[in-house]
Amino acid sequence: MSGRKIGEVILDLQHISLRFGGVKALTDISFDVKEHEIRAIIGPNGAGKSSMLNVINGVYHPQEGKITFHGEERAKMEPHQAAMQGISRTFQNIALFKGMSVLDNIMTGRITKMKANFLEQAIHLGRARREELAHRAKVEEVIDFLEIQHIRKTPVGRLPYGLQKRVELGRALAAEPSMLLLDEPMAGMNVEEKQDMCRFILDVNDQFGTTIVLIEHDMGVVMDISDRVVVLDYGKKIGDGTPDEVRNNEEVISAYLGVSH
Amino acid sequence: MPDTATRALDTFPRLLFYHAQVRGEKVAMREKDLGIWQSWTWADVADHVRSLACGLAEMGFKRGDNLAIIGDNRPRLYMMMAAVQCLGGVPVPLYQDAVGAEMLFVLQDADVRFALVEDQEQVDKLLEVREELPSLQHIFYDDPRGMRHYNQPFIHDIEELMAMGKIHNQNHPDVLDAEIAKGAADDVSIMLYTSGTTGKPKGVCQTHHAFIASARGGVEFDHLTDQDDILSYLPMAWVGDHLFSFAQALVSGFTINCPESGDTVMTDLREIGPTYYFAPPRVFENLLTQVMIRMEDASAIKRKMFHYFMDVARRSGADILDGKAVPFSERVLYALGSLCTYGPLKNVLGMSRIRVAYTAGAAIGPDLFRFYRSIGINLKQLYGQTETCAYVCLQPDGHIKLDSVGMPAPGVEVKIADNGEILVKGPMVLKGYYKRPDATAESINADGYFMTGDAGFFDDDGHLKIIDRAKDVGKLNNGAMFAPNYIENKLKFFPHIKEAVCFGHERDMVCAFINIDVGAVGNWAERQGIAYSGYTDLAGKPEVCNLIQECVEKINEELVREGMLADSQIHRFLVLHKELDPDDDELTRTRKVRRNFISEKYAVLIDALYSDKTSQFIETEVKFEDGRRGKVSADLVIRDTKTLPVVKNAA
Repeated sequence: MSGRKIGEVILDLQHISLRFGGVKALTDISFDVKEHEIRAIIGPNGAGKSSMLNVINGVYHPQEGKITFHGEERAKMEPHQAAMQGISRTFQNIALFKGMSVLDNIMTGRITKMKANFLEQAIHLGRARREELAHRAKVEEVIDFLEIQHIRKTPVGRLPYGLQKRVELGRALAAEPSMLLLDEPMAGMNVEEKQDMCRFILDVNDQFGTTIVLIEHDMGVVMDISDRVVVLDYGKKIGDGTPDEVRNNEEVISAYLGVSH
Repeated sequence: MPDTATRALDTFPRLLFYHAQVRGEKVAMREKDLGIWQSWTWADVADHVRSLACGLAEMGFKRGDNLAIIGDNRPRLYMMMAAVQCLGGVPVPLYQDAVGAEMLFVLQDADVRFALVEDQEQVDKLLEVREELPSLQHIFYDDPRGMRHYNQPFIHDIEELMAMGKIHNQNHPDVLDAEIAKGAADDVSIMLYTSGTTGKPKGVCQTHHAFIASARGGVEFDHLTDQDDILSYLPMAWVGDHLFSFAQALVSGFTINCPESGDTVMTDLREIGPTYYFAPPRVFENLLTQVMIRMEDASAIKRKMFHYFMDVARRSGADILDGKAVPFSERVLYALGSLCTYGPLKNVLGMSRIRVAYTAGAAIGPDLFRFYRSIGINLKQLYGQTETCAYVCLQPDGHIKLDSVGMPAPGVEVKIADNGEILVKGPMVLKGYYKRPDATAESINADGYFMTGDAGFFDDDGHLKIIDRAKDVGKLNNGAMFAPNYIENKLKFFPHIKEAVCFGHERDMVCAFINIDVGAVGNWAERQGIAYSGYTDLAGKPEVCNLIQECVEKINEELVREGMLADSQIHRFLVLHKELDPDDDELTRTRKVRRNFISEKYAVLIDALYSDKTSQFIETEVKFEDGRRGKVSADLVIRDTKTLPVVKNAA
């Protein structure tokens, strides 16, 4: 990772707390994400990792704390606004349109960039047509990048799991995000699929300079590809730092391996 | 372009610039990129080649240098071949799926100074072996993806090379034309390495003249024109691809089409609809299997229709294609079949426009071959090897014999040596093996014939039949020729037979070991209501022996009609109690029978075959996949088969 320069902080989370009724999902969590870095969030089941991602892209609204993105403190924000600002994501359970082709699925990632109105799109003339060609060209670049040319026209529901995950990444990439949130991109994959996915994540980060925040269970993967790691446990932050620092952190070790009493 | 058109078109660069002049606007190459077929006209190709060649000259590439080309079929890789030839150098294409260490031998042997590779993967392979390859000075890559951090000074983007070439060309506009003018027809135009199944790979040096003569022969033989389209998807290092996608394209001016990736070939085939097509038998076999599986899932009406019309096609399709006399009613049925079945089927396969399709490289099953011909695809076989530009025999339209490879191609002289070996002579014979005068002398005899190492014979109509590797051909005690592979291949074309090993060299008669195909025979047994527990049990069933006996007797009927091989009828056989397995060293990793090993290991069975016993007990040690060992034992039944009397031809 020699050519990539890690820049300034672009996302800063300060004292975030999130409650669902009486249940505290996140308690007073602060961390930041720098431009172009790969930032991992790890933690045991129920630690609040996915909630954290949902806070970042505006699905959940924390009761306390403040979020600064690109220097702007944001108030309540909806997911589509996050998308407009350049935050894309993938989901833990694949959320694609199973009956649609790979191409069409990835095309949906371009929706925030489409300017033609409904009527224009319906008659498919003029601006809508030009726009579609431009978007299609972008989508083809993503297809080429992810090496999924052979399944371009295949309905997503017929694809194996590993490829579906890759298509989901493709849809997120089609939005040309500046920040990519990946929720367990490698869950349920075999070793080879994991290696492929790792390579794609590194390539995205390297070639497009995309900042990546990922949740992952596979420690090997996390330690290999991320620049910095946040560790959550029961909604609290128990560690933050480079993979090496985190690996040697007492609290992290006990949360993961259990404590001898 | 000064006077290229008036000069003799006897080198590939001259042909290229000739096409750029006479059909400059016509599409020469297509490649699917980002979902769209991009095209290059002959004028574009000539321009690119000019830039590449000038760039190479600027980098210090000299006459006689070799340039390695490693990658999938990409337009710029083909263009580089021509660019290298412009400068009097020799392109050396390598198999792109080989690992670095495997490439090393060829790269060292060919003293490669320059290499053009497709992508990061191939660059990494070269970097891996670079220490041991001091001659390598420059690596160019075609696809910049992932190459941003490779800042070694000897790695260059092909775009840089072309940009450099453009400037060089502006400053010295005449240099390249002068270089092209220096080229002679008997310069080496390409070096193709033999796969090296027997010893180290050898670099086969072929001249412009050899490939142009072979290509021209093929183009005229099949009436190819500049309107034809071919899909270039087989490895560039293989002689067939060089002949079809490079030499013939440059001779006739037709269009080559590069698929988007290895996985998309079937889709690309459908989109391009080539008129001229080459595929090894296994591709045709896979296609047929896919069709059959999909037909099984089709609705009952469609299935009925398919089977009905396939029967019609089997009866008269091939004859209609060959222009033979067929009753009018059959023609009507066939026309109806074309409308309902064959046409749509060909369309799905991407073969609607095919005028000529070739297969070679391995024996093709007669049923498979007949299937494609019967639905109206002009599938033919050819015969040749790297040393003969893959151009020795071709099957002429209208005279197709399933089990022959056709007649000697125009300009080729074929004769059979006393030991049955096929000898060939003509312009397509290699100039020599690179730096191996010893091997060259061994393969070309005093009269200038290339010794193919294959054994074969001409049938009564002058069609060449290949029977075996010459060194495997033995003799029966009565002096008749015994070609084990030939008989084994015939046996293996039955779906029920997976492997066969024939014995007969220096014996009175031919006997065989048979391995059944568990899938096919198991399926058959289920339908017959025969219960079985595993391979050994199934192989020992008398019903199964009967089934195999029928197959063997059919082979005997075929053999008796083949004159020279009538004595090779199988007299006795047994079904082996275990599958021959590479883990037990009975097969090579590429699943070729290790004859000597088997005849030692199963000596007791062979003795039983050549006695009058009707059964033999055997116990064999086997290795399981997890490394454990076990024993398999069985009482094997030995069957006598019906053989037909051999009619001796007085001649």
